[in-house]
Amino acid sequence: MARVIVDPVTRIEGHLRIEAEVDGGMVRDAWSSCTMFRGIELILKGRDPRDAWAFTQRICGVCTTVHAIASIRAVENAIGAAPPPNARLLRNLIIAAQAVQDHVIHFYHLHALDWVDIVSALSADPLKTSSLAESISDWPLSSPKYFAGIRDRVKGFVDRGQLGPFANAYWGHPAYRLPPEANLMAVAHYLEALEWQREFIKMHAVLGGKNPHLQSFLVGGMATPVDPDSQAALNTGTIAALQQLVANARDFVTRVYIPDLLAVASFYKDWAGYGRGVGNYLAYGEYPDDDTATPALFLPGGVIRGRDLSQAAPFDQAKVTEYVAHSWYQYQQGDAVALHPYEGETMPTYTGPTPPYERLYTEPDSKYSWLKSPRYDDEPMEVGPLSRMLVAYVSGHARVKELVGTVLKALNVGPGALFSTLGRVAARGIETQVLAEKMGDWVSALGANMAAGELRIHDNSKWDPSTWPADAMGAGFHEAPRGALGHWVHIHDGLIGNYQCVVPSTWNAGPRDAKGLRGPYEEALLGTPVADLQRPVEILRTIHSFDPCMACGVHVVDAKRREVARVRAV
Amino acid sequence: MRAQGEWLTTELERRGVSRREFMGFCATMAAALALPDTAAAQIARAVGRTEKPILIWLEFQDCAGNTESFLRASRPTAADVILDVLSIDYHETIMAAAGFQSRENRDRPVKERPGGYIAVVEGSIPTGANGAYCTIGGESALDIARTVCGNAAATIAIGTCATFGGLPAASPNPTGALGVADAVPGVRNLINLSACPANVENLTALLVYYLTFKRWPPLDHYRRPLFAYGKSIHDNCERRAHYDAGQYVEAWGDAGHRAGYCLYKMGCKGPVTFQNCPNVRWNGGTNWPIGCGHPCIGCSEPDFWDRMTPFYQHLTGVPGFGVNSNIDTIGALAVLGVGAAFAGHGLIQIVKRAGDKAEPITPKAPTKGDA
Repeated sequence: MARVIVDPVTRIEGHLRIEAEVDGGMVRDAWSSCTMFRGIELILKGRDPRDAWAFTQRICGVCTTVHAIASIRAVENAIGAAPPPNARLLRNLIIAAQAVQDHVIHFYHLHALDWVDIVSALSADPLKTSSLAESISDWPLSSPKYFAGIRDRVKGFVDRGQLGPFANAYWGHPAYRLPPEANLMAVAHYLEALEWQREFIKMHAVLGGKNPHLQSFLVGGMATPVDPDSQAALNTGTIAALQQLVANARDFVTRVYIPDLLAVASFYKDWAGYGRGVGNYLAYGEYPDDDTATPALFLPGGVIRGRDLSQAAPFDQAKVTEYVAHSWYQYQQGDAVALHPYEGETMPTYTGPTPPYERLYTEPDSKYSWLKSPRYDDEPMEVGPLSRMLVAYVSGHARVKELVGTVLKALNVGPGALFSTLGRVAARGIETQVLAEKMGDWVSALGANMAAGELRIHDNSKWDPSTWPADAMGAGFHEAPRGALGHWVHIHDGLIGNYQCVVPSTWNAGPRDAKGLRGPYEEALLGTPVADLQRPVEILRTIHSFDPCMACGVHVVDAKRREVARVRAV
Repeated sequence: MRAQGEWLTTELERRGVSRREFMGFCATMAAALALPDTAAAQIARAVGRTEKPILIWLEFQDCAGNTESFLRASRPTAADVILDVLSIDYHETIMAAAGFQSRENRDRPVKERPGGYIAVVEGSIPTGANGAYCTIGGESALDIARTVCGNAAATIAIGTCATFGGLPAASPNPTGALGVADAVPGVRNLINLSACPANVENLTALLVYYLTFKRWPPLDHYRRPLFAYGKSIHDNCERRAHYDAGQYVEAWGDAGHRAGYCLYKMGCKGPVTFQNCPNVRWNGGTNWPIGCGHPCIGCSEPDFWDRMTPFYQHLTGVPGFGVNSNIDTIGALAVLGVGAAFAGHGLIQIVKRAGDKAEPITPKAPTKGDA
């Protein structure tokens, strides 16, 4: 047995450490640790709940919209505010733009380098690369001259002797399997995607003032005025600009991202057999299609257990609990219990080794993470694009079913291949395609509202805290790019009494629970091959397939905090 | 290895950037830095001949918002060139290497070229629990910051968390989070780029300034470059005329809101916030928060999570709206007003930090030619 430690896991958001036992070239056991804690929910206590979205938004600057959305929904649910139709459409557009941009960045800039060997691209033949590119897509940037230029640019970079962010990686590892031409094509699209994401996310600047950390959210609606006759509001010019941004996104996703995904995946089909994980999938659902209290959702919610694709059970929030048996917190009733978020309590209690340390997980009962262990009906659940696409598939979502079928056919694999590292990669691409196709409808609906004189953006009736009940509780649910996100808020006399977040990366990256059941990352690593203990690229492949976002994952549930250490600068 | 100037010329050609476009970029940068037109040529010469400085980007108690901002660098061709002129040897979010190999990339310049690289810090540094609130490779953020920033030619604290402690340091500061200035006192050539996140245009301008003049720009008393933090939002706001005319938004979505009236009464903190958002705007000049109808929340100022909240409560103590008001007086009084309202907010106490001491930090004399 050898202990392989990857710390930091790079190309993610936040601070993640993986310890794995490797024997016979294969991972036999694994421990996922988050090594950063801020305590944002402690900070929220006693503040104006209308401000909470801005605080929770800063949980993460990568998925920079998700905690703002969940927060305003939770507060609206508590005080009974009803955002008007324009606010729903603006939010849908903001949420979908986040997902599309995030997924493309994940594929090209965070995950691709586990599959694509940049050094190998140097020996590619531009003519053959052009043939390859033109065989999979009609994307116009495909001439031999273009790829020769990319190759020379990379070569110039390498020749200069300063590899910067590409230095000291696992280049040349036998697990890299793409021919040089596919590597060169992927490098070209890595660079193109970097330009593309900058342009596409201007949609967030139009609708939110800036990205990261959009600033147009309001409890009860949105702060972006809608008026076709004003230059200080979203007007018909904006509608045209948004439609253009959506069209460009659809173009890039359809003609670059999806063809690349299928091309790369075709060389790594064995990864449909690795990274299976816990086999339970949870989705809350997203994109309300109407303005009722229980709106129809464009992507449905539900629960799939034991990889059973015959049905998705409805989600019941009462079944969400969290353990701290292996987390650096303590419960008054001890580590054996799991608590629902409404009854949650948190006392950060670090029991790990004093830094600097070599190993975190040393004893069977070691606590080893700042993440808690969320469970649904006492079972670990995977959340994210794969869960959403599986639930939509099982629920009969026509376009999702069609695209899943297309991908499975293109790769010549069966539905069982979805429960894997490769399945997560594919599901992320399918979701991106579905959303890129859908966004234009919401822009059109916004235009139609303008034409009909529907200019409302906010429910002013609940803005003044004096209109709120003295005691109010609410929950807000959202599908973030990385999965199911829930915020719970308790408001006393107009101020936050308690605030709780149960977050996608907590579901996926959390440690073992009191029964010793592994979290989804840990379970997914079992059986992962490791050819070279010093260069465990295979571990990165499976971990990155979840798109870790650790800053999101660490949260504090604080019902009964009594004391927090105050530290002075020395 | 070829001469650096030659490399840049080739690189520009390879990217299809004409000499004219490049000079246009340099002129824009000169304008951003409030330099005379003649400075454009100087910038071009400096960038053309410069060595590729090493940059180590550390992330501690962060949300990666500044990293994402960095990825939005918005004058694609020329700004890309500028960023490529740097050798980003360590940046966890984008680097290919992982685990101990990535840490080697971080530690090599520290050992082999002390004083010969630039450190960037994103996120606050926790001092509680013996450093266990943030560790990387088993080492505490504080130890890493001491080593990396302590040996850097200069340190750029990017974002309000790294400059002033930001959100993790908001009351009650559960982890004892500090900004770089307080956590690692005395680091050489510390530049603060506050805001949540910092605008990448200001990072680019700062780096161009350094590459051009081989020194760092004049700073305000919070060690922020005057070219970006020298004036209040209110001074340059496109809605200022409505403020002066007494035209205010009274409710979200009302006629005044749709017409772009002043957001002062909705809680705008523009009068007490210093940054160049109105001029530079965001995402390639696409928009900015006030432009999309939401008040400024004061995100570039120290302790804004405590001092500028509640965000939707308008600044108090203003001696009268309108053109006759002295905005400096308003600003000073408004801060006091917010502070007073805040003090009455019984559940929250501000934890005083070293950086809150009354005396301003005196900008240090720039060090020439370190990197």
